[in-house]
Amino acid sequence: MGQKILLEHANVPGIKTYEVYRKHGGYRSVEKALKSMTPDEVVEEVKTSGLRGRGGAGFPTGMKWSFIDKKSGKPRHLVCNADESEPGTFKDRYLMEYIPHLLIEGMITSSYALGCNLSYIYIRGEYMWVFRILENAIKEAYAAGWLGKNIMGTGWDLDLHVHCGAGAYICGEETALIESLEGKRGNPRIKPPFPAVSGLWANPTVVNNVESISAVPWIVNNTGAEYAKIGIGRSTGTKLFSASGHCKNPGVYEIDMGMTVDEFMNSDEYLGGMMNDRPLKGLIPGGSSVPILPAHLIYKTAAGEDRLMTYESLADGGFATGSSLGSGGFIVYNDTTCVVRNTWNFSRFYHHESCGQCSPCREGTGWMEKVLHRIETGHGREEDIDLLWDIQRKIEGNTICPLGDAAAWPVAAAIRHFRDEFEYHIRFPEKIKNRDHFVDEPFEKVRHLVAKQAVI
Amino acid sequence: MEISHAHQEINITPALQARIDELLSHYPADKRKSALLPVLHEVQDAHDNWLSIPLQDKVAEIIGIKPIEVYEVVTFYTMYNSKPIGKYMLEFCRTSCCSIRGAENLMDYTCNKLGVKEGEVTPDGLFQVVGVECLGACGYAPMLQLGDFYKEKLDPEKVDALIEDCRAGKIDLHKLTITQ
Repeated sequence: MGQKILLEHANVPGIKTYEVYRKHGGYRSVEKALKSMTPDEVVEEVKTSGLRGRGGAGFPTGMKWSFIDKKSGKPRHLVCNADESEPGTFKDRYLMEYIPHLLIEGMITSSYALGCNLSYIYIRGEYMWVFRILENAIKEAYAAGWLGKNIMGTGWDLDLHVHCGAGAYICGEETALIESLEGKRGNPRIKPPFPAVSGLWANPTVVNNVESISAVPWIVNNTGAEYAKIGIGRSTGTKLFSASGHCKNPGVYEIDMGMTVDEFMNSDEYLGGMMNDRPLKGLIPGGSSVPILPAHLIYKTAAGEDRLMTYESLADGGFATGSSLGSGGFIVYNDTTCVVRNTWNFSRFYHHESCGQCSPCREGTGWMEKVLHRIETGHGREEDIDLLWDIQRKIEGNTICPLGDAAAWPVAAAIRHFRDEFEYHIRFPEKIKNRDHFVDEPFEKVRHLVAKQAVI
Repeated sequence: MEISHAHQEINITPALQARIDELLSHYPADKRKSALLPVLHEVQDAHDNWLSIPLQDKVAEIIGIKPIEVYEVVTFYTMYNSKPIGKYMLEFCRTSCCSIRGAENLMDYTCNKLGVKEGEVTPDGLFQVVGVECLGACGYAPMLQLGDFYKEKLDPEKVDALIEDCRAGKIDLHKLTITQ
């Protein structure tokens, strides 16, 4: 059993309230930072910790903080990205819903480090009840003197507000989030300039994920060096994984970086193995935008090493034989899953969520969805698989923001690892048309059937 | 933009105006437009969950921006409704994790029970069933959103009970009690 840094007090009755949170050591990091540390010293601790952005990109948080423009004389802002919308990912919601003061404490300490006087938590609009929980907790923090004017008599002021979005996945991209926070459509901006130089209202801005900011209080209280002792190599600390799909125990788990995928998947403490003990067919370790791995590449890398729950190990082999840690959205698929149908489902999502600003994304996501739909419904053409491959390649890397890549990668990975299933759909349309996708029976042994058809 | 010709009574009550003023206070005085999304949520909640063109114009007037700036936002974000909807909109997540755990079957069940197709409003105006993209409840699938809240790990019996609670007026779409 690993350390609990983020979820240590998640099950304490009443921990949502300021009073109980404070009794369990809450807001100590604010006291420590403001009384005994300079802002730069807080930044250094975060750098030493090796904490990497937990929203998906994995960029070192301390380094990101050090980029903020301190010379312009403009106000600086910290914006928490709580627009959690990636299919498979629901960890930030857990933190905010059950331990709202942890995020608020992290926002105060981090705002102090960055020299901010006005910060925001941007939360997806669908999490409206969580929005209200956070609003309530922020009011409590103001009443207790942790927010507002002259905090702890230091002369430092901070206002913190929670801001709700309105149902757009694209607003999880940091510049789209900033546009949205300015009251506009969530269209991503071209970078550079980066938000650290010109972000919210053209002021220097840092955008960090909920989980990243929630780790800051522990780092400040216990030192970055202690945090860096947890985990392996450049994957330091603990990480939240949200598990879903065909596993026995879906939910949110905090683990030390470096556990084996096998232990996470199969031990009773975590996912408990496969639901109904059906065979594992594939797995997405980091949310819908990262490549799916087939069963034979899940527990071992292509080189035969144990696959670990780290940034490096999950990505081992690149996209050819690896995937990515992403946001930690761990989606498990058993043998009843139709990969073509699931890939079409993802394409529908990305088409729906494209902001429409870039042609390759706006047109390409819709085109992929259409082609996948016709294959899935038994109307596919022989050339469709190559066509899909061609479309996804033309989207990847050719858009303002990474949504294009996120839409392309699941399609590429599905074709790369499950091409036979696409071929089966095209060659045996009657079997596809007659298949009931919603019964608990295994998808047919396509390799055998495709091979047989090729002989005939 | 699809324009609804349904009439909507505009009623900016003192309580609603106070809430709008509170939200506006969260942003610098010269950045009032930033409050647009939260203000639209509050105004929509107070007006049967939809925003007519005159109501959108009213929001523009309150914030001090051009009407087109409100239209742009309302048409971009999926949570704003520019035409009347059912009082109880059952928004089923149908993205991968929910789909493989039976979301479509449950949607079909709900539509059949209510005698509507996806997107339609029941003749009494009470219910509407829609499919939406990922709601971030993947580990608790299948699920739906109703007002400000999620209903998770659903099965037909739970859907039946939910519909009965709606009919009995037991469901408050926006009220949250923070009990712990």
